[in-house]
Amino acid sequence: MSTTETRDLARPAPAKAAPAKPRRGLRGSPTFNFWLFTGPFLIGLAIFVYAPILWSLWLSFFEARFTVTPDKFVGFENYTYMLTNDDFVGSLGTFTAFAAFIVPTTWALSLSLALLVNRLRFMRAFFRSVFFLPTACSYVAASLIWKMSIFSGVRFGMMNTVLGWFGVENIAWLADPNPPWYWLVIVTARLWLQSGFYMILFLAALQNIPGELYEAAAIDGAKPGWQTFRYITLPQLRATSTAVILLLLIAAYQAFDEFYNLLSKTTWGRPPLVELYYKALGESQDYGSGSAGAVILTVLICAVTLLQGKFMGFGRGEDSK
Amino acid sequence: MPEVREPAPSPDRPRRGGRGGGVMSSTGLYIATGVAGFFFLIPFYLLIRNALSTDAEITGENWKFFPTDIQWSNVGELFTDGTVPFGQSLWNSAVVATLHTVGVLLVCSLAGYGLARIPYRHANKVFYAVLGTLMVPTAVTFVPSFVLVSSLGWVDTYRGLIIPGLFSGFTCFLFRQYFLGFPKELEEAARVDGLGYWGAYWRIVVPNSLNFFAAMATITFINGWNSFLWPLVIGQDPGSWTVQVALSNYMTNQTVVFHLIFMATAFSILPLVFVFLFLQRWLVQGIAQTGIKG
Repeated sequence: MSTTETRDLARPAPAKAAPAKPRRGLRGSPTFNFWLFTGPFLIGLAIFVYAPILWSLWLSFFEARFTVTPDKFVGFENYTYMLTNDDFVGSLGTFTAFAAFIVPTTWALSLSLALLVNRLRFMRAFFRSVFFLPTACSYVAASLIWKMSIFSGVRFGMMNTVLGWFGVENIAWLADPNPPWYWLVIVTARLWLQSGFYMILFLAALQNIPGELYEAAAIDGAKPGWQTFRYITLPQLRATSTAVILLLLIAAYQAFDEFYNLLSKTTWGRPPLVELYYKALGESQDYGSGSAGAVILTVLICAVTLLQGKFMGFGRGEDSK
Repeated sequence: MPEVREPAPSPDRPRRGGRGGGVMSSTGLYIATGVAGFFFLIPFYLLIRNALSTDAEITGENWKFFPTDIQWSNVGELFTDGTVPFGQSLWNSAVVATLHTVGVLLVCSLAGYGLARIPYRHANKVFYAVLGTLMVPTAVTFVPSFVLVSSLGWVDTYRGLIIPGLFSGFTCFLFRQYFLGFPKELEEAARVDGLGYWGAYWRIVVPNSLNFFAAMATITFINGWNSFLWPLVIGQDPGSWTVQVALSNYMTNQTVVFHLIFMATAFSILPLVFVFLFLQRWLVQGIAQTGIKG
């Protein structure tokens, strides 16, 4: 859907008298205007985006504890320390497990919701809003509801109450890493929060599938239901699916809010950003190692993005998952 | 392919006729949707129930589906209780999210227009410099950003909460994409009027792009209101907490007052629920535009 088709042109420019002398382009020097328009943004970008990145890169080669203007150059020591540090490597493992849980489940749930809502005749707007509304909640608010009400480890928590009706003992959802019930808490919270957003993306994509395809499929004898879905709908949604998976991966990679709030002060279940937060801004204030960790994460995410971009550009396989 | 093309259905109405994906009967369809909807609403139910109960009922022996006696007084208590400075946090969030939205739209839309429409030899190089920042998630650089902002002395200030987040490469990129598709005829009209780039932008381009601006503003506001990591790093003093940081701190507090915490959470969500109810059209349009054009 190009934006030109949807733009509301209800307010045309007010017509004025013809100018005294015709011109080729708008008045003024293009170069000056280019810098006038982009200057403020670029200055901010230099100070608040590029400078921190470069500073981080520089810090990562120094021993920097409790100071950000260090003088002790240590080469790649911070990197070797981080890459052999159980906590940091473990946090990458936590992220991998988290992504393995959250990406497929969110993809499946948001696509299912979109397919359901797309077929509704009555109460369509209502259900779309119901599934979409959690997007309004912050991760902090959801963490609070999950931690203190749904999965509260004490008897009056909702899950423990419901399980209690069936005679199941209280479960300490978040306070005990064995068995790792905390994954259930974290994954359901994020599923609830973000599925509606991706449902909207899938809905938009579903509505862009040309109707003739389905008619042609019907003429060719495709049965409505699974066959149509498998051979028409899924392939047509490939671009959206791929993009959704990429967005989900990047979002999972930057997970911080719910881990920080649900598992406050625990030593388990720390994804990379939480680990960096405690390392750089916690007791030890180790900016050198923290920066090295940030650089490693950035390199990893660039690699994933580029791979995904390649995959999106040339992904011409049968599998659209 | 059949020759007759059916008109494209409007985005808000289901298509007529047997469309794909019809495994279920319509009864099954409504049951499935209803069950999913029920689960999606449970957290909201719990939030409202707890916010309007007494602590004794929340932590009671038997599950209470509804508060016996709705505690409207919890609302007043939230704003008068000295242990939770929640009013200040709400105000901080309102200021930060609003100024964040205004600032992001102003700075990023100007840059997006410059990149899309003003002929300049090195525009491409500048554009790549913007694209490059998309590869680095801002969250990952919070450590050096914090160092920078604290050396400027901006910890615990609105400046520190707002300014570093204004320069979003992604928003700039979206504005550029949008302005690339902006009809040239309108700028022609501006040329005939003898306007410069600046005048044409404010008098012609912006008034004709209000829909897109509204969509971007809605999304930006929601992100600003809900952001947590940066305000957590910057807000060291309770007086500069945003609602998200305040809630996070109440959660780890030793003395838990359940009904107040849930009332605070309800108030933290309320403004965005209004945004959703009244601006959903722009929000959905914005998501569809920020998402992927298939």
